[in-house]
Amino acid sequence: MQEMKGHGKNTSKEGEEGTTYEIQGRCLIIQLNGELDHHNAIRIREKADKLIDRNNIKHIIFDFSGAGFMDSAGIGVIMGRYKKVIFIGGKTAVANVGTSIDRIFRLSGLYKIIEKYDTVDAAINTIQKA
Amino acid sequence: MNDKNEMLLEFESKSQNESFARTVVAAFAAQLDPTIEELADLKTAVSEAVTNSIIHGYANCFGIIKMHCIISDNEITVEIIDEGVGIENIEKAMEPLYTTRPELERSGMGFSFMEAFMDELEVNSALGKGTVIKMKKRVGKPEKMNKLTQEAKQKVL
Repeated sequence: MQEMKGHGKNTSKEGEEGTTYEIQGRCLIIQLNGELDHHNAIRIREKADKLIDRNNIKHIIFDFSGAGFMDSAGIGVIMGRYKKVIFIGGKTAVANVGTSIDRIFRLSGLYKIIEKYDTVDAAINTIQKA
Repeated sequence: MNDKNEMLLEFESKSQNESFARTVVAAFAAQLDPTIEELADLKTAVSEAVTNSIIHGYANCFGIIKMHCIISDNEITVEIIDEGVGIENIEKAMEPLYTTRPELERSGMGFSFMEAFMDELEVNSALGKGTVIKMKKRVGKPEKMNKLTQEAKQKVL
């Protein structure tokens, strides 16, 4: 665990929307910043897919700690990435979900296939142990 | 007392205007003293309707989207109006998970969210002419709402 943190940590910042991407082992952590709507979804999707393909990513964690808004476009982004990694046995998780975004997840039925964690660390620990 | 207020906004069908429209509707609704949750609902519904106009209504061109808001007492009415291609089958379009643009990773949840987050939703559309989404939500002033609920309860009893 300790080793992995020193080795595979790789953070990059992208675009005006300020979303950051971090790779830990085979896990991609997408820290969303600002508003996840159709406008921002396009760029997040492109960047995330590039990283997934190039870095042999298996698991994806979406960190909502900096996200103030999300609509159905966000559901599309999460579902799209879920479909990308599910075939190689990967997991998709969400963390730090606020009340209004939580309502959207519940309404869409997303929690039937995607797990929610309180923190990114909790998500990493559970996913990498499994 | 009948508090009425009205505004009309016109903007181009560019995706960066999705957040602009959300921010404007939230600012206009602020006078109703809404809860954070009510504001989030309103913003989500407007975001869905405006996004629909951009990616479906004006799929192959740019056009003008109008947002018309009316406040009457504690109710806000929002109309999102476009002069785009129109919706062929409204019933089908409103089905959860139905989308005509899967390549854009559209989840097909737009109308479901509008229905869930607003009190009323009305869709009018004509092929080649455009679409009008009319949504209503009763918002804010908790003490006023409580009073109304109590009055209603007393009537029932």
